[in-house]
Amino acid sequence: MIVTGKGGVGKTTVAVALGLRAASEGKRTIVCEVAAQENASRMFAHTEVGFHEVEMEENLWSISIDPDESMREYVLLQLKVRAMRDMLFRSRIFNYLAAATPGLKELVTIGKIWELAQLDRKVKSGRKYDLVIVDAPATGHGVGFLQTPRTFASIARVGPIHSQAQTLDRFITDHEHTGTAIVALPEEMPVNESVSLERDLREEVGVAVDRVYLNGLYPERFKKEEAEKLSALAENENGAARAAARAALSEHGRARSQRQQLSRLKKGVSAPVKTLPFLFEPELDVEAARKLAGKLG
Amino acid sequence: MASLNEVLEGKSICICAGSGGVGKTTTSAAIATGMAAQGLKVCVLTIDPAKRLADSLGLEELGNEARRVDPALIEEQGVEMKGELWAMMLDAKATFDELIARQAPDEESRDRVLDNRIYQQISSALAGSQEYMAMEKLFELHTEGGFDLLVLDTPPTRNALDFLEAPKRLTQFIEGKSLRVFMKPTGLAAKVTGRGVSVALGIFKKIVGFDLLADLAEFFNAFSGMVDGFQARAKRVNKLLADPETCFLVVCGPQGEPIDEAVYFHRKLVEAKLPFGGVIVNKVHYPADELRTEVEDLPEALAEKLGDEKLAKRVAENFADYQALSERDARNIDHLAAELRTSCVIRVPYLDEDVHDLHGLTEIDRYLFATAEERVEMAAGRA
Repeated sequence: MIVTGKGGVGKTTVAVALGLRAASEGKRTIVCEVAAQENASRMFAHTEVGFHEVEMEENLWSISIDPDESMREYVLLQLKVRAMRDMLFRSRIFNYLAAATPGLKELVTIGKIWELAQLDRKVKSGRKYDLVIVDAPATGHGVGFLQTPRTFASIARVGPIHSQAQTLDRFITDHEHTGTAIVALPEEMPVNESVSLERDLREEVGVAVDRVYLNGLYPERFKKEEAEKLSALAENENGAARAAARAALSEHGRARSQRQQLSRLKKGVSAPVKTLPFLFEPELDVEAARKLAGKLG
Repeated sequence: MASLNEVLEGKSICICAGSGGVGKTTTSAAIATGMAAQGLKVCVLTIDPAKRLADSLGLEELGNEARRVDPALIEEQGVEMKGELWAMMLDAKATFDELIARQAPDEESRDRVLDNRIYQQISSALAGSQEYMAMEKLFELHTEGGFDLLVLDTPPTRNALDFLEAPKRLTQFIEGKSLRVFMKPTGLAAKVTGRGVSVALGIFKKIVGFDLLADLAEFFNAFSGMVDGFQARAKRVNKLLADPETCFLVVCGPQGEPIDEAVYFHRKLVEAKLPFGGVIVNKVHYPADELRTEVEDLPEALAEKLGDEKLAKRVAENFADYQALSERDARNIDHLAAELRTSCVIRVPYLDEDVHDLHGLTEIDRYLFATAEERVEMAAGRA
């Protein structure tokens, strides 16, 4: 399951919520972060997990996929002769090339995700997961990231990496086993970006989007007539009553404009849209994600 | 507490940086509008702006060059426009192509680079090229000297660090010193650097496939005549970024994660000896500190005033939720100010409407450019 979307929309929270739900259903699940992010482990108030599969809760694991480590692991799996591997890792030119080749980092990151999703794990002592959840990079880089295998397969027309890139591309576009979710916020820009992201994923990457989560939807706490009453109160009162009325009007206004964005989103995307409530909580920790887990539908 | 006007005094470049989703584009546009209104000729360089924001600035048909925003559009918002507001949307690929055309010794080398598949990858897709080209465009506009102030909206990197290091990474890649050897793997260089290199190359070839390697070699060959020019230019760009006339503003949101990233990014700026100006926190729930004592019997008081107990209860609940968020924001911002040891922390409230037009920008400017006293008043007013 790939979770994607614009920056700051709550991808990690949704990814962790999906993980919590799957884990509670008894599925052995892992949440993968890319580009050395540690947001998921931070939600669990866990120390950094790094490039290790670490159990956060029963059935729920987490890993932060570092491209250099993935590259190392990939080479280890490719080269059986120890002396050759050692020389390669010591070689400055190899490290340089690996860093300089466009897209190689993204490719080996996706390679690691693929490896985690295999029933027959490639790494020693790796156990199979029932579900692998990917907290993908923010949009912009997001489509590029998922597109890497396809691009690579066309650049490297021959050699082992060509066929491996093709395998990864098939893995990403295999709709039977790989799902994609977009996370959006009920605001102008995130809605626009989600609409174009869905189109780009479909047309450029060949990925079908299963669901769009509209995160952070305010409740409709007040009716229109009530808002009018509160406007009068805000104008005529002072102190706490005025402040409370102002806060209520602000909530009312946001809730309404958010619903307009919701209907724009529904019109703009072809995948079903599921709304997730705004959580009036100071910090989005694992308990917040647990609340969302029950509402994922 | 310093105001934005004090921070930007005498600056010719303002770079807005921060992680994705914190409102950098909007903030950059608002700063540019505000400074132009005060009488400067300002250009905002933006990347991927909201469609409606672009429309409202008249940016839709913009290419990779600056256009003037019609002052009438801004004056319609009740703001007197004493200067000029210009805007452009950055096209990283086009900027890169222009740069190649400028650096190439002749047309043939230019075309060899432009046609190379590795180049096409780098210029359009490689993470870091957008950042590099944003700097490049900034440098170009600064050198031409047509503006009093340039405001740069940095690309949406998830990790703020990328933005500072990407240009360096990219120039290193282009310089490719250790790769000279790789252009002629069987030549003298290979002999000098020893067997290790050729074996490493052999293995690399095996893994990535020969074609890619040939493309890379071709890329470096085509680029070889331009390396010195690139290096010299990169040095001047770096010098400009560190110049006292440049000012970095960190943009963030009030939640824990964006605050942590702002702290981290500030540290990186200091380490890189880049001039930090201040921090702008967007979407802040303004506090109602002085009211906390009265809140105890609020439901009853509201019920009396509204004549509706159920409604009063909901209003009070909503207010309590809002208070909790505003307390969190205040806590996070205190922490931020302490970590950054800065007196310039500008809070922009979470407005009731999305900001995506000139009206919204001028609304934000009221907070961005407020003096310390005005800010206190506005905080009280919102609460």
